[in-house]
Amino acid sequence: MKRLMLGNEAVARGLYEAGCRFVSSYPGTPSTEITEFAAKYPEVYAEWAPNEKVAVESAIGASIAGARAFAAMKHVGANVAADPIFTVAYSGVSGGLVIAVADDPGMHSSQNEQDSRHYAEAAKIPMLEPSDSTECRDYAKLAFELSEEYDTPIFLRLVTRIAHSQSIVELQDRADIPMKEYVKNPQKYVMAPANAKRRHPFVEDRLARMAQWAEDCALNRIEWGDRKIGIIASGACYQYAREVMGDRASYLKLGLVFPLPTELIKTFAAGVDKLYVIEELDDVLETHCRKLGIEVTGKSLFPLVDEFSQELVREKLLGELPDAIEFDAPVPVRPPVLCPGCPHRGFFYTAAKLKLTVLGDIGCYTLGSGAPLSAMDTTICMGASISSLHGFNKMKPETKNRTIAVIGDSTFAHSGITGLVNIVYNQSASTVVILDNSITGMTGHQQNPTTGQTLQGDPTYAINLEELCHAVGIKRVRVEDPYNLKAMETILKEELAVDEPSVIIARRPCALLKTVKHHPPRVVNRDACKACKVCFKIGCPAITWKDGKSHVDETLCVGCGLCAQVCPFGAIEEGKGA
Amino acid sequence: MGEKLSNKQGSIMIVGVGGQGTLLASRLIGNILMENGYDVKVSEVHGMSQRGGSVVTYVRYGDQVASPVINRGEADIILAFERLEAARWLSSLKKGGTLIVSDQRIDPMPVIMGAAEYPEGILEAIRAKGVDVISADAIELATQAGSSKAANVVLIGMLSNLMPFSESEWKAVIDRTVPPKFLEINEKAFALGRAIAAR
Repeated sequence: MKRLMLGNEAVARGLYEAGCRFVSSYPGTPSTEITEFAAKYPEVYAEWAPNEKVAVESAIGASIAGARAFAAMKHVGANVAADPIFTVAYSGVSGGLVIAVADDPGMHSSQNEQDSRHYAEAAKIPMLEPSDSTECRDYAKLAFELSEEYDTPIFLRLVTRIAHSQSIVELQDRADIPMKEYVKNPQKYVMAPANAKRRHPFVEDRLARMAQWAEDCALNRIEWGDRKIGIIASGACYQYAREVMGDRASYLKLGLVFPLPTELIKTFAAGVDKLYVIEELDDVLETHCRKLGIEVTGKSLFPLVDEFSQELVREKLLGELPDAIEFDAPVPVRPPVLCPGCPHRGFFYTAAKLKLTVLGDIGCYTLGSGAPLSAMDTTICMGASISSLHGFNKMKPETKNRTIAVIGDSTFAHSGITGLVNIVYNQSASTVVILDNSITGMTGHQQNPTTGQTLQGDPTYAINLEELCHAVGIKRVRVEDPYNLKAMETILKEELAVDEPSVIIARRPCALLKTVKHHPPRVVNRDACKACKVCFKIGCPAITWKDGKSHVDETLCVGCGLCAQVCPFGAIEEGKGA
Repeated sequence: MGEKLSNKQGSIMIVGVGGQGTLLASRLIGNILMENGYDVKVSEVHGMSQRGGSVVTYVRYGDQVASPVINRGEADIILAFERLEAARWLSSLKKGGTLIVSDQRIDPMPVIMGAAEYPEGILEAIRAKGVDVISADAIELATQAGSSKAANVVLIGMLSNLMPFSESEWKAVIDRTVPPKFLEINEKAFALGRAIAAR
């Protein structure tokens, strides 16, 4: 049967067909759907872990137990998981172990543009990179076989344009792969120095053997066309090059991007007049070619930044610019915003009103940094809000009563807890706000350890944030609805004034959750509206300007009433049916 | 293929505002093309752009499709769910291409805040450049069909006139793609859209 499948869905299909039994991941765009689709196969156990490190370690355990195991993450998630990854490269596997890392060139939904191929090189773990959905499925399956044959974890690298593009996949059946027997083997799995010293030469030898395999494996292939131009590429870049050049060039298409072949590249280079390397982000392939003494054009022509396209390849290789119709007037940007009814809006309105310095974190609430709320000073990585607040307050104690950290429930469970432990242990009088919207929002509503539901939506224990904060030693824990503006303002002032650590839990579920009841849209009483535009300060996309007065767009408004709370003239009234 | 689209290969771009249902539209087009034997690639971006931001989806078909994206001057058709988004992505349209647009305005935050102006006369300005523009108030038609949320399927109805598939083939693909309880609304929405562009 043929199916039009997202690259991520095809990876999940590959896991299923490969007989994979265990999947553990933390959501992160553009990798999230792999695990969501994997969870639809009853034969595959799939779960959301609290973070990527836990996910990979769980998958390592499943592999040692004898199962084919898998973890998926976005590129920055690989930083969190790097610790176990670098050492499982030494210990190797029992059941096949595959780790998918999805890079985001162009930063569609990320805080940096790092190139995960460096992890393959640094951790000495082979890396496959598919260029369409069929390859996503095929490479995922092959990765398990390579993992078991060479006793190594395998990276599957995706980029946004492969993970989030659909193409046609011909479905195959699931392989019946039995569990391997567990045999105690401390020389292989206890990576204490004496054992690790014995494993390191194995790792180097394994890489050499895989590099040999890279020379004639089906993953790497030469496609001869016109030999005036030769192009080395993998993944999405291969597709852009094919799109532009067709048979007017020859290609070395690499499916194994680490370790790289030597003789194959030399053969290809010798067969073409001019050789290009087309790779997004860093010059990994190009550097390899240069080490071999091969003359190649890469980053002198193509940028180190942003996502590539066929337009870029056409311009750089052929000097052709598009013949485009341009719209003449300036087109205002349309940045993403907090949704109508978003609970974070109420909190950020209060934070902005009190002119607080806000050390932020990763999630929907990062949108609180945008105008008009403009209520965020920093965003670095998952969990950094709490830890950096500690350092900030230690060095600037004089501003601690107007400085806070904000972090979501999922991000807190991911890597906020250890920062809170540090605040208690090393005693900074810091105020941490957990924006608890009862879901992992930005990646599209995934459950997490605080929501009381598993990946499959089954009921499970919900970690109680208040008790957790108490347990690590926070004596002052307050809970308030961020839409109760007056109460939240009072609590913030009180907690910032005290000379000890405190946590405020701003609790209200995401307005997009199906369980959240919406109210009838609000209505502006045009006689009462004085056109002061105070309601515009909350940055709600449902509030617009119409004929000199404020207006509520009834197709967008969910009746949360925040605008009515801030209107000094009581001009925003409850809608009909309320 | 139809009057507008080549039966060999083509590129259709769907642009709108996060939350408008552009993904369902691309799935419908992708599925009908696949079922008729074409190679198809559909590219979408998830995540940050869903939160009311500008969203774009690409559908490409042919004997063998390489790139999943559409760049400047390459789209045969742009299906725009909102006027400003039509203006934003106009440069992606091929010379001689067609713009199908829902005549709807959604103010982005800089316009709401008064930091930028929503351009007046967008569709007139685009027509003045010689672009074939097919426009209708898809929200109004979808509301007639039973739900303003079916505006995406109204636009699919408008597009269907430029593609060589029969009404029953489209109905079949809608049947398989949308949840059964919304089927009647979506079938009506499709018919209303199809009637528009046929004029």
